Amino acid sequence: MTANDPSSQSLQLTGNGQLKHFLTLDGLDRALLTEILDTADSFIEVGERTIKKVPLLRGKTVVNLFFESSTRTRSTFELAAKRLSADVLNLDISTSATSKGESLSDTLLNLEAMASDMFVVRHSQSGAPHFIAESVTPGVAIINAGDGRHAHPTQAMLDMLTIRQHKGAFEGLKVAIVGDILHSRVARSQIRALNALGAEEVRVIAPGTLLPADVESLGCKVEYDMVRGMQDLDVVIMLRLQKERMEGALLPSEREFYRLYGLSQDKLALARPGCLVMHPGPINRGVEIESAVADGPQSVILNQVTNGIAVRMAVMSMAMSGQVSERTQVAGEQG
Amino acid sequence: MSDQQTTVRIIHGRLLDGEHDGSAVTTLLLQGGHIAAVGADAEIGDVDRVIDASGCLVAPGFIDLNCNLREPGNGQKGNIASESLAAARGGYTTVCASPDTSPVNDSSAVTNLIRDVAGRQSPIRILPLGAVTRGLEGELLSDMAGLTRAGCVALSNGGAQLRNARILRRCMAYARTFDLTLMLAPVNQALAADGYAHDGLVTSRLGLLGIPEVAETTAVMELLLLAEETGVRLHLNQLSCARSVEMVADAQRRGVAVSADVAMHQLLFTEDALAGFDSRFHVRPPLRTEADRQGLLAGVRDGVIGAIVSQHQPHDSAAKQAPLGATEPGLSTIESVLSMGLELVADGELTLSQLVVALTSGPAAVLGETASLAVGQRADLCVFDADASWQAGDDSLLSAGKHAPIRHCPLKGVVRHTLCAGVEAWGPGGD
Repeated sequence: MTANDPSSQSLQLTGNGQLKHFLTLDGLDRALLTEILDTADSFIEVGERTIKKVPLLRGKTVVNLFFESSTRTRSTFELAAKRLSADVLNLDISTSATSKGESLSDTLLNLEAMASDMFVVRHSQSGAPHFIAESVTPGVAIINAGDGRHAHPTQAMLDMLTIRQHKGAFEGLKVAIVGDILHSRVARSQIRALNALGAEEVRVIAPGTLLPADVESLGCKVEYDMVRGMQDLDVVIMLRLQKERMEGALLPSEREFYRLYGLSQDKLALARPGCLVMHPGPINRGVEIESAVADGPQSVILNQVTNGIAVRMAVMSMAMSGQVSERTQVAGEQG
Repeated sequence: MSDQQTTVRIIHGRLLDGEHDGSAVTTLLLQGGHIAAVGADAEIGDVDRVIDASGCLVAPGFIDLNCNLREPGNGQKGNIASESLAAARGGYTTVCASPDTSPVNDSSAVTNLIRDVAGRQSPIRILPLGAVTRGLEGELLSDMAGLTRAGCVALSNGGAQLRNARILRRCMAYARTFDLTLMLAPVNQALAADGYAHDGLVTSRLGLLGIPEVAETTAVMELLLLAEETGVRLHLNQLSCARSVEMVADAQRRGVAVSADVAMHQLLFTEDALAGFDSRFHVRPPLRTEADRQGLLAGVRDGVIGAIVSQHQPHDSAAKQAPLGATEPGLSTIESVLSMGLELVADGELTLSQLVVALTSGPAAVLGETASLAVGQRADLCVFDADASWQAGDDSLLSAGKHAPIRHCPLKGVVRHTLCAGVEAWGPGGD
């Protein structure tokens, strides 16, 4: 099985290769990822205006379907949709329907009756957005806002935007992702994006208990020793460590993890000068990153949040226009 | 007027069993529910019915060691009537019913209920498997001797793990006392945990929860060592790893009384079937790598794995309509096993004889029976056209479970007649 999964490809692209859902970065080529970054760049300027709106999704209804609670991701999707002039409905499903035993299929049937144009989906099950994209009425776009351990493609793309803003291009870059790769949907999407965009090397740095099986097949090198892993780095991405990892006997203690895999100023000094420090947030100071590094000159963590809105505007507008052009095409063929 | 007293002559068919390779056209005569004559002897005398098997192969009826009929207790997923008819359509004349019903088949009352319903509603022979522990909970021994007296042909763990090796050892020693067969699916639940896919390339890429190979192989090793020590007759259900096949072969060489089976879908598909999050292929044990598939095929060819099973698990559509990890495991296979097997034959991965042995005499041996086209055998027969095709879809499948492994695509292999003790269980009907 290659990284270019044909089934995802046909599900999220129109016949002309336009985006119509945004489920995963698997199967999306460099040109399309670059188009997302370029479109996002053009939206950054919108956020700097006094009237922060463009009319691209005027008259459209966007439903934020969060089966797992999240404040930051949901707020940036909400802001992105509003800046595109869409009507936004936030549904925190984790506390309503499914906890009453309603199946996902039934929840969807009810929501479709509201004539929505786009669902932004976060779900604890890997593949839930795929399932929804396969089951919804044609014409409704699905945007993956994070599914299980599978993918978090908008997060990865906003990280790519941040890297491009600072480094100009991906060629020649050596990037490391450090920490809990096993449970991380962000890491999977980042590895895919960095490979597609032409980074020279992607490294994952973690103990064996936090790495998935056959991790190299994702397109990365494995380094157990962070001191060695920091050599020649241009970008280091730290992942959040969930407290419950200690309970499953994946790690002995936070202290040992920090000593071995936490990003301290000493370790950062081993990387190339100007190495970017990134973190998808929310950060655990003193667990995966030293405060001085998180707040230091090489950290672009806050910058990442700003870019999040622009990237989400880009994929929402691109997917909606893909849906519209597919419908026009289908109507044309029928007419 | 179709009963066991009917005499039936099957003409123009090519015989296929352990002795016949499906090349020669031969006549069969059935009388009193048994095969009365084969060849020239079968062509003499008047009969009540003639079945023209032109262009077809005539094989012993298929025997399934592992099938979920869902009755009692799971009527929304299927019942004995629906699933036994589906099995007859698939060429099966004998099906062993998994004990993981609701209630679990751990008492003679449940066994009697299954036998009673099957006697009235099933066109084929249903052999109940009893639960090896009460409620399949792995804590207390079931009434093994009582279950056997009520008609259970073996004791099974219904795919659940026996967590406690001490209890497992006692189950074996107790079963050994009465010369009973234990049919156990090897799984180390602590290692399988919440997984639902083979821990490997696909789980890593899609972020699925993996079941590592060692969840099976450590359990196989434990079961083999305990079986060797207790001397129980052990049958391992649904192997999925090449390494397990090696361990079983090694034990067989040492003379341990162990046999094994594999589900047909394990011989055709690998972990790649899950790409695109296709919840139909959420099965337990999970589909593993191409190397595992090759190891399992080699096991069937060498006879280390004596039986291919359907592992038929019908579900209502809601059980499969959800994100992969939230669905229930299992495929609806029993109508497709023959077609899948013929695919393997077409690909040169099994010979027709190896296929038919693994569907008939192999599983029969596990049950202490024989299955062949010899005179005197029960007239349990399957007459199929290996070149005709059909398609599996919601409307065409008889099983209540519509999640067949290959859907909406022409499949070779159509069963024309299934005869159980000489009586038509599936086919265009007698007179």
